[in-house]
Amino acid sequence: MAAIVESVLQAEAEKNASYKSTEVDKAIELDIDEGNLVAVDLNPINGKHYRSKCQTYLNHLARDNAQILFNAIWQLPTKRVDEAIVAVLPEKKTSVPREKPVPKDQPMTRWEQYAKLKNIHKRKKETMVWDDAVKEWRPRFGYKKAGDEKRDWMLEVPQSADPYEDQFEKRGKAKNERVAKNELQRLRNVARNMKGKIPGVGLTPTDAPDVDHVKRSLAQAQKSTASLGRFDQKLSHEKPARNLGKKRKAELSSTDASAEKKRSLSILEKVQSNRPTLDTAKAVNQLMANEEAKSEGKAEKGQRKGRKGRSESKGDPTKGRGGKGSKKSMGKRKGGKGGKK
Amino acid sequence: MRPLTDEETKIFFEKLSKYIGDNIRLLLERPDGSYCFRLHRDRIYYVSEKLMKTANNFRREDIVSAGTCFGKFTKSRKFRLQITALEYLAPYAKFKIWLKSSAEQQFLYGHHVMKSGLGRITENTSLYQGVIVYSMNDLPLGFGVAAKSATDCRHSDPMTIICFHQADIGEYIRHEDTLT
Repeated sequence: MAAIVESVLQAEAEKNASYKSTEVDKAIELDIDEGNLVAVDLNPINGKHYRSKCQTYLNHLARDNAQILFNAIWQLPTKRVDEAIVAVLPEKKTSVPREKPVPKDQPMTRWEQYAKLKNIHKRKKETMVWDDAVKEWRPRFGYKKAGDEKRDWMLEVPQSADPYEDQFEKRGKAKNERVAKNELQRLRNVARNMKGKIPGVGLTPTDAPDVDHVKRSLAQAQKSTASLGRFDQKLSHEKPARNLGKKRKAELSSTDASAEKKRSLSILEKVQSNRPTLDTAKAVNQLMANEEAKSEGKAEKGQRKGRKGRSESKGDPTKGRGGKGSKKSMGKRKGGKGGKK
Repeated sequence: MRPLTDEETKIFFEKLSKYIGDNIRLLLERPDGSYCFRLHRDRIYYVSEKLMKTANNFRREDIVSAGTCFGKFTKSRKFRLQITALEYLAPYAKFKIWLKSSAEQQFLYGHHVMKSGLGRITENTSLYQGVIVYSMNDLPLGFGVAAKSATDCRHSDPMTIICFHQADIGEYIRHEDTLT
């Protein structure tokens, strides 16, 4: 019995002797980069050992250095991933030269920007979905997907829909439009992240165009001839489209004051010259005023003579007018004189 | 704050000349210093050059107003004069209307001027001429548009409208928060 115990202990001891200690002493400490899992040994090579037993010496050296590296890795914080304990590697210290440049971060798409702003996170969905119709697990997307619309051999016509409308065609159209919209958005994302200038897509059709949309599409259509709309006839009252394309170059706020004054004076002159020099309305007014002044003068004379043919009702307003019109009547006389001159 | 474009200047002068005619020239060429018109947030300001240069040191968003506001452009790019312009319109006015003291209050509350409230009117005022409204003791009260020519005024009844109200100094109180 004792012999068996001894032999087991001996075997154990022999086995242990074949393992080396985890502690390794080095004259100069190794330069360890855990991020890249690299250790650099700066100790000089023992020349005598190297020449006599090259391979064994290198093996030992490699083993010792690997041990030091693993010791360092054991010191790192750990985490559990799928039942396995792994070390979390720190940032890489040594920069490793590479053939191709590091790929740049992809610019965010418009949706990604929006999702980030609204704090929307991507959620993983299972690939396989239960399809109740066929009682089977089916892929969510693609060939033979769950709830495949193509399987439908009949479609319900909604109450509000036109009974002669082809519902299959309608569905197909809607699908195609969704695909096209997605493609357009993809291209827009590409265009947005390109450096150079990219021609716009113009006006895309909408179901319910607003006034602005109609105006812009009219302007676009007018330009879309071989002559860029130069020889197109326009309506007499048609105004040129505003805020389309051409950008007004903003003037500096404080430019040359005298130049600005000159400019505004020339505009003022133009504005003034647009008016007719002979103001017909004014002339007619003057003429009427003259005639009235004459006739009133006659009337006054008549009253002074003491004609009693006038009715009382007419007499009152003249009195009333006299009361308020002391200034006014003076004005009239002035006007009359002016007219004569 | 920026200078007016040619188009804007034209629209503005056309409106202004309805009230002061050729006297716009006097606003541009002043003996007491250089003044100019500036556009800021669709409003036209009459600013001395010195003040304008000072105002240029600020961001557009930070400026509420500078100088005297003459009025603003509507969305359809028409120009509306504002009561604050009265200070410059009144001295150069070509056509005037004087109100009787009894009609002053009516006008200052934003009503049109009736024949009954008319004290005096400049001769040769034509239809739809821009006019400045004065009280009988020559205090400018606001401005408007002649609804009847001076000659037609004489024949109209007391209740007919002589002048359409456009702005009056009562707005300094009524529209205190929007006047800039």
